[in-house]
Parts: sequence; C-alpha cells; structure tokens
Amino acid sequence: MSAPTTSPPAPPPARAKRRIGDVLFRGSTQVAAGIILVALAGVAIFLTAEGIPALRADAAHLAGESTFLAYAWPLLFGTLLAAFIALLIATPLAIGVALAISHYAPRRLANLVGYVIDLLAAVPSVVYGLWGANVLGPAMVPVYRWLSEHLGFLPLFAGPASGGGRTMLTAGLVLAIMALPIITAICREIFSQTPRLHEEAALALGATRWEMIRMAVFPYSRSGIVSAVMLGLGRALGETMAVALVLSAFRIVSWDLVSGTAPSTIAANIALSFPEATGVGVNVLIATGLVLFVITFAVNFSARMIVARSEKGLVR
Amino acid sequence: MSPIRIRTKERPVSTDDRPQDPPANSASGRATVGTGPGQPVAAGPDTTGPDTTGPDATEPAAVAPAPDGPGGSGGRRAARGSAVRGEVSLRAPKLPRWAPLLTALVATAAGALLALTLGWGLIAFAVVSAAVYAVALPAWALVVENRRSAVDRLITTLVWSAFAIALVPLVSLTWTVVSKGAPAFSAEFFSYSMRNVVGEGGGIYHAIVGTLLITGMAAVLSIPIGLMTAIYLVEYGAGRRPARVINFLVDVMTGIPSIVAGLFAFALFSIFFGPGVRMGFGGSVALSVLMIPVVVRSCEEMLKLVPNELREASYALGVPQWRTIVKVVLPTAMAGIVTGVMLAIARVAGETAPLLVIAGSTDSVNMNLFAERMMTLPVFAYYSYMQPGVPPQFGVERAWGAALALILIVMSLNLLGRLLGRLFAPKTGR
Repeated sequence: MSAPTTSPPAPPPARAKRRIGDVLFRGSTQVAAGIILVALAGVAIFLTAEGIPALRADAAHLAGESTFLAYAWPLLFGTLLAAFIALLIATPLAIGVALAISHYAPRRLANLVGYVIDLLAAVPSVVYGLWGANVLGPAMVPVYRWLSEHLGFLPLFAGPASGGGRTMLTAGLVLAIMALPIITAICREIFSQTPRLHEEAALALGATRWEMIRMAVFPYSRSGIVSAVMLGLGRALGETMAVALVLSAFRIVSWDLVSGTAPSTIAANIALSFPEATGVGVNVLIATGLVLFVITFAVNFSARMIVARSEKGLVR
Repeated sequence: MSPIRIRTKERPVSTDDRPQDPPANSASGRATVGTGPGQPVAAGPDTTGPDTTGPDATEPAAVAPAPDGPGGSGGRRAARGSAVRGEVSLRAPKLPRWAPLLTALVATAAGALLALTLGWGLIAFAVVSAAVYAVALPAWALVVENRRSAVDRLITTLVWSAFAIALVPLVSLTWTVVSKGAPAFSAEFFSYSMRNVVGEGGGIYHAIVGTLLITGMAAVLSIPIGLMTAIYLVEYGAGRRPARVINFLVDVMTGIPSIVAGLFAFALFSIFFGPGVRMGFGGSVALSVLMIPVVVRSCEEMLKLVPNELREASYALGVPQWRTIVKVVLPTAMAGIVTGVMLAIARVAGETAPLLVIAGSTDSVNMNLFAERMMTLPVFAYYSYMQPGVPPQFGVERAWGAALALILIVMSLNLLGRLLGRLFAPKTGR
C-alpha cells in the first residue's frame, strides 16, 4: 500500500501512462462484478414481474382458495415447520461433529472426518430424497407408531401414524442431514479460530476439556454458531427435491409430525405442480417462489450481517 | 486515602520505606509477613492503594508466601493439604487409562445380551450400548474422580456419538444407492434413451447427454464471470466500498434456493420466448446463478493466497498490472482455482429443481441447448421414481441406476478436482 499515489491499492505509479490492456482488463473484471449485481437484482425483478399476476388469480388457479395469501400460507407454514425441525436436529449434531473435528480428534483423523462430512454435502439432493422416501421413512415407521401410541396426547404426535413413513418428521430428518454439512463446516472453521492462548490459559487453570470449550471456545464463537445455523436454515428452507420425494403433497396447516397427511413446502409444491401448471397457475407458483426468495434472502442477509459484525469485532 | 494512611502509620517500616527504596522494602515486607499475625493489616493497604505505592506494591504480597513454604509450588500445595486434611496427597484420584475401553466393552456386552434375549435389531443394540456407555463412564468418574471430570467424560461421549450419528446416513445412503443402482447398470442402460420404451429396457443416454451439455454450458457461463469477479475483488477492489458490496452480494447469492434460480431462469426466458418456454440453455443460466458465487468464493480465496512479493517483483520489472495478473498471479493460484471450479461443477451437476422447472423432461435425445426440452440425470431419477409407469419395478430400478450414475459423476468430479489441485500444486509451491 503506497500512500502517496492517487489510487492506493494499484502499485504502479499514478503518472504511468494508461495502458490499453490495463483499462480493458480492469473494465472486464468490473463488468463481471457488475453481472453479479445485475443477476441478483434480476432474480428479484423477474420473479416480481411474473409473480404479480398471481395476486389477481381466481379460485381455479389457486386450488380453490379465494386469495393468494390463503393459498400460500399453508405452504409457508410447512416450509417453516420442516426447516425448524431440521435445525432442531441438525444444530446439536453439527456442533458436536465440529467439536470432534476441531478439539477432540487427532489431526489426521480430523482431516479425514472433515472430508467425509464434505462428501455429505456433495450428494445430490434427489438422491437424499430417494433415500429418505425408501430407506429412512420405512425405517422410522416403528418409531412413529411408538410416538403416536405413547405420546399421542401431544398435538405433535397425534397420529394416526403413517404406514409408509412419509411424514413431516422424515422430511425434517432428511433436511437435517442436508443442513448438517454446511453448519458443521462453518462451526469447525470458527472453533479452530479460537485463540490458542485462551484455550491454553483455561487448561492451565485446571479446566477439563469441556470446561475449556465452554469458557474459551463458545464465548468466542457464539455469533459464528448463530450465523452458521442461519445459513443452514437458508438451505433447509430452500431445499426442494428431498421434500418433494418424501412428502405427499397436502396444502394443510397441521402440527402432526407423524401422520401421512403432512403440510407440503413452498419449494416442493413448485416442483410437484410446475410441470402441469398453465397460464396464471404458473404465475401463482412463481409468486410463492418469490415469497421463498424473500424469506431466504432475509435469513441469509441477517446471518451474513452477524458474521460481518463479529469479524469486525474479532480483528480488534 | 486518608484512613489508609492512618492505618499504615501503625507499621511505619513497611509503608514509608517502600516508595523510596524498593530492595529494602521487599526485604522488610518479607520480614513483616514472616512475623505472622500482623500480615493481613499490612497487606490490606498495599493492595487497596496501588496509586501511591506503585507497581511493586503487589510484589511483596505475591512473593511473601513463597519463603514461608518448604520449597516450590508443589511443596506449598502439600503443606496446605497437610494443614487441611492431615495427610500428604499430591494427586487427585483418577480413572485408569483403560477405563473408557473397559466401559465400552461392558456396555457392548450389556447391549448384546439385551439384544439377544429380547430379539432386538442392530440399531436398538447400538443405541442401548451407547446409552449404557454414556451413563456408566460418567457415573464411574463421578464416584472415583469428581463432578467436573464426570461432566467432561459425558460431553466427550456425546461429541463422539454425534459424529457417529452423522456417519450413519452417509453409510446407509451409499449402501442403498450402490446395492439398488448397480443391478440397473448394463451396456443398454448407458447407450439407449427412453424413446418409445414401455416397461423394461431403455436407458439414461439422453439424460447423461443433457446433464453434460447443460452443466458444461453453465460452467462456460460461470467460470469467466466468477474468475473475473474474484480478480476484481482481490486485485482491484480490495477493501473499497463497491468491492465490499459485491462481496456481500456474493455471500447472499450463495444462499439462493435452487428452485428460485430455476424460476428466475423461467421468468427471464418466458418474457423473451413466451409462456411455457423450456430449453436446456435456461437450465444453464439457472445453474450458473447457483455456481457463480461458489466459483467467486473459491477463486478469491486462492488469489488471496498468492504472496504480494510476487506481484511487487513483477511491477518492479515494469510489467503492467493486467499482465502481472495473467502471467504471474493466475498461474500461481491455478491449482486451487481448478480445484474450486471442479467442486463448483460437481455441486451444480446434481441440482434437480431448477432443471425440473426450466429444462423439463423428455424421453428423447436432444443435443440442441437452445430449443425444446432436455432430460438430465437428476430429473430422470426423479421422474422415474415418481412416475415409474406400468409395471413400476422397471422405472424404480432405472431411478436408482440414474441416482448411482449421478453420484458417480459428482464424486468423480469431486475427486478429480482435488487430484488436479494436488497435481498442479508442486509447480507453484515454494
């Protein structure tokens, strides 16, 4: 960083003649960066443009509902419920796995484990869906039966338990497995950035490993964990194929996690209905997509804000 | 201040000498402490009024106990211990090193016994064994050691079991896909499309072609944009406001749901080509919306790793900035960039939802990205499973075969990317 020149990060002196190659190259990198901006704006603009006609759609295109909101609300409910279940399961698991990698496992094993978790992220979502519908769902049926028999007084497990395992809880589990790698990756990164001296100081005071983690690692990485969870939430909210394959589509509002009539999600509903949709029906689906986009955008935006703020604090 | 002064007057030797003559003061401090009952009175004012006595005011208090004890810190602890309990014990009781192993054996045995007598399956056996272990080891530690150690052992168990639980789906998934998909593999499966196929037979040729074309086109669109954006962020923008905004937008773009990307491509193309548009190129656009942020991130990381000395050396030789970037920075970072790009391709190759929306599905081979529907592997797997046809078993079998083929493609791209990164690395490193 040479201070006296006019353009700080550009090391050649300011009075050097402007080379045509430099101008072109610089311009093209700026255009590329501009495309990112345009693309993101384009997503919002085109979805809005194609989604607006949905507000005037009639009952024929809204599956019998009178307004778009009445149509979208059960789907939104299903989306939020599935994502919430997924996070409830994935967060403790992911923090545990991240701790195992960063603070428990020997280095060699930790690298291997990190790679294996990355492999989980690389599996295509449609494969997760096939696995969830064919293996996980049927395997969970006895658990659902037990839950509805013994905990049936709770509205969550009211039942009747699904015979095929195509339930909200299965969808939540599959989403949890899909959100696990992203949360783990970020938590691992943050845990391993804990200042070495803090950890050693805690250990030197006689703390056990868990006390060290609680005193030195967690306070340092709290905001990082929050943002990791929110990024996982973003993934769980937008996941399509796994839910489309696992759940049979019902547009209902139901808290029942173990019955076969489960609320569908926005993304799954689009995937299931889009190929057959025509006319305003397409606009209705695009409008629900816009709702999903706004929610995930808000979630990701706030997560990144939290990360950015905590990074500013960490630099010191 | 004044009450302290008054109290210190009682011991004129230790307080008044202190500011003027530190060596004498520390010696006198030790002497006073050594005398015993007067110690608390003297130490009190010293520590509460550090502004008058200066930094060495605490020193005598800290040093003081040392000459008291027989030797080092261990000796002091022993002395204190003997004062409290009347016996010399240097170490707290601790579980032997083999305690976890023994507990694991006992837990496994208990689980196996229960599973055999009650006829449980493998899963129940594993769960019961883990539960027995998670209860038994902390309980043992609680008896022999202390509560803190017991909690530590419990958490250690939980952390490792979280890891084990995370592995279960991966293993189960791999096993399921391989065992169900492998029987579908045959020469016909890879060389035939589904055109005019009812029931048995047919293949995924058209889907493989579609996946390769659409993903390839997405890579052609995303790699230049992603790489140039990364260059802008690292080489030109570095820390300035527009670059920070772009940086943030890239982060947000990472989180766009894949189905929304598909809807975006559909909305975009339906404005130009009318409603109900389906084309492979639209799928490429949707995939590049998902792929660009990944490419930007990985390229950016790699460009940041290039040492600044290399750039400065190049500038010192009078090389223009753009040639420096093209000839010095990019070749240095090439290994990492190739790896990152391959991982990004692997990621989007498995995307289903956007292609379902914009590329549609068909039974025939379509080599033209710019017209008509185009089948892809994930969409093929999805439709073969959801609409397997009459008799359903052939369609379901093809779905698993396509899933296995897809996993193989994605994983080999993944491995190839990491391998290329390794292969390129020695040329650039050190």
